[in-house]
Amino acid sequence: MVEIERGILAKNDAYAADNRALFARAGITAVNMLSSPGSGKTTLLVATLRALAGARPVAVIEGDQQTANDAERIRATGTPAVQINTGKGCHLDAHMVGHALERLPLPLGGLLFVENVGNLVCPAGFDLGEGRRVVLLSVTEGEDKPLKYPDVFATADLVLITKTDLAPHLDVDWAAMEAALDRVNPRAARLRVSARTGEGLDAWLAWLGEG
Amino acid sequence: MHEMALCESLLQAMEEAAGANDFRRVRRVRLEIGRFAGVEVEALRFGFDVVTRGSLAEGAELVVLETPGEAWCFGCEATVPLDHRLDPCPRCGGERLVATGGTGMTIKDLEVE
Repeated sequence: MVEIERGILAKNDAYAADNRALFARAGITAVNMLSSPGSGKTTLLVATLRALAGARPVAVIEGDQQTANDAERIRATGTPAVQINTGKGCHLDAHMVGHALERLPLPLGGLLFVENVGNLVCPAGFDLGEGRRVVLLSVTEGEDKPLKYPDVFATADLVLITKTDLAPHLDVDWAAMEAALDRVNPRAARLRVSARTGEGLDAWLAWLGEG
Repeated sequence: MHEMALCESLLQAMEEAAGANDFRRVRRVRLEIGRFAGVEVEALRFGFDVVTRGSLAEGAELVVLETPGEAWCFGCEATVPLDHRLDPCPRCGGERLVATGGTGMTIKDLEVE
């Protein structure tokens, strides 16, 4: 009998600790962004990068199963970006992020956004070494999304409710959405934003320490 | 969540243990999986069979011990047992809870030869 007594994801956690130590040394605030596909992560990032307008160094790691489309959208703002294609994989892990960091100019003293693969299940369990975790929920997804996918919402430091410009065209039950979030994660901060109209972007930038 | 990647990580850990402890085959592996760890045990078993094929753990028995769920209740200001993540507090019926126990996934031990 051989005693092991270590986490199944100990390897990932060790890579995450390496990434975290690198971020600490370089004064980088690393933000892991998670959501279902199509909730507006890249669009919000593009609006965020435009609003930051080079005030501090920023870099972006984009995770998708296939295509470099998102990294190209980010680079069009003048921000360095690396695309990770996970192929069959459904989430980013800390090892992939560590390799991506080798291919990026490190945003010393600035911000690193990691846009995870659009998926509300698998990415929840993988620490990337980030300092903050943001989960996006667009208004078109339904108020009970946090109840359907509690694991990922439970790990959020901030829940960003996106596409609020669409709310007048929908029957959004804000109270039900807030109640669902209360139930799953009573501690997370919450902000409502629209990348299209700019609503809430100031509060989002302030939360990032850029206000 | 992501049982295939967990199985790959598990196999890697067993291979490292084999190097360190000088064994060639794993007969049985025991895992402790928390109730709130988001692991589907059936998917884990399927992944284990696939991933260990041709390895030192091919045909090994996979034993999954479930660790109970625990949460901090903001109402009681205490740690309480919890069966499901979205259950109300068993003491006060409150719904403001944060899972604090039963979130881990640990490899406990291996029976080897």
